Amino acid sequence: MQNNILTMTEEKFQIRIDKEEKIEPKDWMPEGYRKHLIRQISQHAHSEIIGMQPEGNWISRAPSLRAKMILLAKVQDEAGHGLYLYSACETLGISRQELVSQLHSGKAKYSSIFNYPTLSWADMGAIGWLVDGAAIVNQVSLQRTSFGPYSRGMVKICKEESFHQRQGYEIMAQMAKGTSEQKAMAQDALNRFWWPSIMMFGPNDSDSPRTGNAMKWKIKRKTNDELRQEFIDKTVNQAEIIGLTIPDKDLKWNEQRQHYDFGEMDWDEFWNVVNGNGPCNKQRLNHHKKAHDDGQWVREAAKSYAQKQELIAN
Amino acid sequence: MDNELLNYTLRIADNSLILGQRMSEWCSKGPTLEEDIALSNISLDLFGQANGFYSYASQLDGNKSPDDLAFLRNEREFFNQQIVELENIDFGNTIVRNFLYDSYNFLFYSSLKNSKDDTLSALASKSLKEVKYHLRHSKNWLIRLGDGTEFSKQKVQQSLEDIWQYTHDMFSMDEIDNKMYKLNIGINNSHLKDEWDKIIDETLLEAKLVRPEDGYKAKGGKNGMHTEHLGFLLAEMQFLQRAHPNAKW
Repeated sequence: MQNNILTMTEEKFQIRIDKEEKIEPKDWMPEGYRKHLIRQISQHAHSEIIGMQPEGNWISRAPSLRAKMILLAKVQDEAGHGLYLYSACETLGISRQELVSQLHSGKAKYSSIFNYPTLSWADMGAIGWLVDGAAIVNQVSLQRTSFGPYSRGMVKICKEESFHQRQGYEIMAQMAKGTSEQKAMAQDALNRFWWPSIMMFGPNDSDSPRTGNAMKWKIKRKTNDELRQEFIDKTVNQAEIIGLTIPDKDLKWNEQRQHYDFGEMDWDEFWNVVNGNGPCNKQRLNHHKKAHDDGQWVREAAKSYAQKQELIAN
Repeated sequence: MDNELLNYTLRIADNSLILGQRMSEWCSKGPTLEEDIALSNISLDLFGQANGFYSYASQLDGNKSPDDLAFLRNEREFFNQQIVELENIDFGNTIVRNFLYDSYNFLFYSSLKNSKDDTLSALASKSLKEVKYHLRHSKNWLIRLGDGTEFSKQKVQQSLEDIWQYTHDMFSMDEIDNKMYKLNIGINNSHLKDEWDKIIDETLLEAKLVRPEDGYKAKGGKNGMHTEHLGFLLAEMQFLQRAHPNAKW
């Protein structure tokens, strides 16, 4: 009997999904749907927050007042995106504190791209152009995701991300036509960030265990491989325009498929970095933990002050 | 007169840039995410103000671009007050430094907006709107930390003691200040002291903190005399411009 009721409710839920209705926080949803969303949205939020570090690394060294303001504004946007996404996630019945604990314990992941170091100013260009570029492809499709708060968050985030991508491309373009040293830095940044960027879309569809339900529930609207292809197709030409070379000897236009063919990704590296063994995994998490620990006394003081004020008011 | 006006303008620009640089160091290190955003916002305001004042300085100079002024001058050619270049150390220390400086800066711009120099007046009016918010931010946090836990109270009281020596120079007048004041271009810093004392004393009372005794009085920032901290800040900030002198960014 119990099972029957549940099945009926799941059926009704699926009908709503199939009719493209948005699911709101107080609506009934299968536990698996809720869990999948918490995992995906928190991973997205953590990526925004950890992603502040590799770019934050260059704010103090940005080479002009304009570059400094743009970079800082961009990193600040990411903090803001993290904030919307944590809030969207909280509507699913989990607190921000729990989400942060999951990040610190390693239970929750963030995008592996941020476990690579930023070694020159050109990396600010590469991150904006490629990393934000890849993120946009994914996020544009997530604007249509079935969970209301996530979908609305994405609409707002996409507007800012497209500014980020343009600023990154502008840095790359400027450096690619600059001094020989600048051009070398730009090419080097592209060489280092290309493969990690296309790995941002995750494993191939054949190796992606969670894609099935996520597509059925319309949390995800396109598969990893579809999104990756879309990104590559739009980026190749952008590299050509500014005279940089994408480091993939197998990259070529396939007339029949009307898409670019590209080389095989280094999946050993991908899984290594996902599982904590990348160049900056420890550094990024330690930075976040340290900031959190350093802020403990401040949060305690603010709480204590607020409690005193409440006592006075009553 | 032009040289003096240039110097006077650079002092303001340098204060904004150097404090902005310090505040930007907080990015990704704030005690909460909301606060991280607030600190970045203050930093952005300050960079914007610096940019405005450097643009004016660049016009007055006639040769150097705003970026040249920010990225290609040495320590002894920077005219900011020492209080803005002090290291952040921790959140409480930053709040104390900012509160002491924001209180001054608020009064400074409130007065400078009446400058006879139209550009300085316009820049001051614009900056004032932002600095009002900065003051509200640092003041509210000082009260929370002072009247928070025993630990936070001790911590910010110590920061007050440490930073107090850098407050006196905000009210000093030198030849350039005097000349600018006489021409109704600049303001008389010493006239801000009573109002500043009032803001400080009222806030410290509310924050249950004690005003430090006057002791050593640091001075000279506006004449290019700095603490040891500024050199490192500039070395980092100016690195790319210095390493690639022919590059455009």
